[in-house]
Amino acid sequence: MTSDQGLILEFALNKSDFDAAGEASSKIKRMLQQIGVKSDIIRRIAISAYEAEMNVIIHAQRGTIRAAIFPDRTEIVIEDEGPGIADISLAMKEGYSTAPDHIREMGFGAGMGLPNISRCSDEFDIQSTVNVGTRLKVLIRH
Amino acid sequence: MGEYFHSVRLIEDRCQGCVNCTRHCPTEAIRIRGGKALITESRCIDCGECIRHCPAHAKAAVTDGLSDLQRFEYNVALPAPALYGQFSPDVSIPVILCALQRLGFDQVVEVARGAMLVSRVIADYLKQPGVKRPAISSACPAVVKLIQVKFPELLEHLIPFSPPVEVAARLARTEAVKNAGVSPDKVGVWFITPCPAKMTAIRRPLGTDKSHITGAIGMSAIYGDMLKAVSECGAQTGEFPKTASWEGVGWAVSGGETTAVQASNTLVVHGIHHVDDVLEQIVMGRLKNIEYIELLSCDGGCIGGPLTVENHFVAEHRMRQRLRAMQKEEAGIALPDREDITPQLGLAERRVIEPRPVMRLDEDISKAMDKAEVMVRTLKNLPGLDCGSCGSPNCKALAEDIAQGIASETDCVFKLRARVRDLAQEMFDLAEKLPPPLDKK
Repeated sequence: MTSDQGLILEFALNKSDFDAAGEASSKIKRMLQQIGVKSDIIRRIAISAYEAEMNVIIHAQRGTIRAAIFPDRTEIVIEDEGPGIADISLAMKEGYSTAPDHIREMGFGAGMGLPNISRCSDEFDIQSTVNVGTRLKVLIRH
Repeated sequence: MGEYFHSVRLIEDRCQGCVNCTRHCPTEAIRIRGGKALITESRCIDCGECIRHCPAHAKAAVTDGLSDLQRFEYNVALPAPALYGQFSPDVSIPVILCALQRLGFDQVVEVARGAMLVSRVIADYLKQPGVKRPAISSACPAVVKLIQVKFPELLEHLIPFSPPVEVAARLARTEAVKNAGVSPDKVGVWFITPCPAKMTAIRRPLGTDKSHITGAIGMSAIYGDMLKAVSECGAQTGEFPKTASWEGVGWAVSGGETTAVQASNTLVVHGIHHVDDVLEQIVMGRLKNIEYIELLSCDGGCIGGPLTVENHFVAEHRMRQRLRAMQKEEAGIALPDREDITPQLGLAERRVIEPRPVMRLDEDISKAMDKAEVMVRTLKNLPGLDCGSCGSPNCKALAEDIAQGIASETDCVFKLRARVRDLAQEMFDLAEKLPPPLDKK
């Protein structure tokens, strides 16, 4: 009965909406648990989703996070309208961050987001246009 | 998984079928069916939130009573340090121990003694390289069970030692055999407990095959008798020397354990819902910089246990006063040496704590996905008010129950009203329609 697109969970994200920060990834995590995906896999998916969700809240204007869960894998697509990333290879370096000071003071923006996501995922694809937005797609096999 | 035991029970004739307990349960284990609260046994972690929140006092914990002492030749009481917080600091620990013994025990062994030993091994353990950060305290059984059920990925963060009460029970049994010359199976070792989770941990031990504790007696059940005995014990102290330092006794209040294990970068969280939130943060990798996390199911720590008598703020105040005085008296007393205590810890008896994936919708992943699909679709159509009138804790839980086939959409009073309205509208519309021979218009 599960459709070909998998089980879809989609959430809207907004700039500086720290009240709701982490909610989307938390809901995705709970669903994976109910489905019965192995806990170490869930942890990788949850961390990827969380870091990506925070990236949108910190850097972009608005965006969406969409998880498609299949029996053998989970795909997460995060799309945003925002400043985009000028140099992706630089952004992939651990510790590199463009987050402003007030964000860092909150304990975010340590420059570990994208490297962390890439480490947690089996497939990782990022496309970005400066002043337009970013599209990140990750796949994690169960 | 074997048969599962838990200690929290429903007193059926008291239950009014209100929905208070369903909404406070951290694992959504309760549903109202047939006007009564029904606990899904496998999901219950014995945190006692439902006992605390039931306005009709219809939830209780199965514990043992003093009459059970008759089954043994020799009985030892193991008072949790939280017991001391039930009395004013003017009542000394020796007097409390004396009063406890008067209830029919042959010997009293402070759990705080066990806490001192455990503090020492945890302190050493935290210094080892390769310990998963943050290390999570395993002293609170409700927290350990919450991790088994909802955060299995964190099981390897748990401190791999028995909790103080188990260590104290080992000590008590060994000492009873040595001092009184009774055979081990004739010794009853009774934990004077502040909580139902400890009761469960005796019947179904966590991280070991068999508990050294015989049973648990709730503090509130013997409090009245103890008050009487306290006045009888008066100022007599000689016979009951204090055996534990303030570090051990301090485990009764939140933060006491952290102080005793001498960890630096630590976090103390109490209250099961706060614990739930923080465990989620750990899973997201946000608290890796922290060395040690003390997590306690009850507000204020063990002194806030559902089987205690005193208000937990009052008990905490008393406990801190007592601890300050002890600290002054005992200045310079150190935790025991590692070499002396290793044999008492029962390290060889430790077993890996397994996950208990009771939250999943089905054992078969593709069936679980089908159910998840139904759940997501159903949830979109529910009002999202989380009123609980359907007997499930919230709309999401109702959607889950519908997906599981144990509830239907019309259990929702709002959906039912909408259906009735639509039906009435349709009847009204049909009533307007007359057969052509009768329609004069």
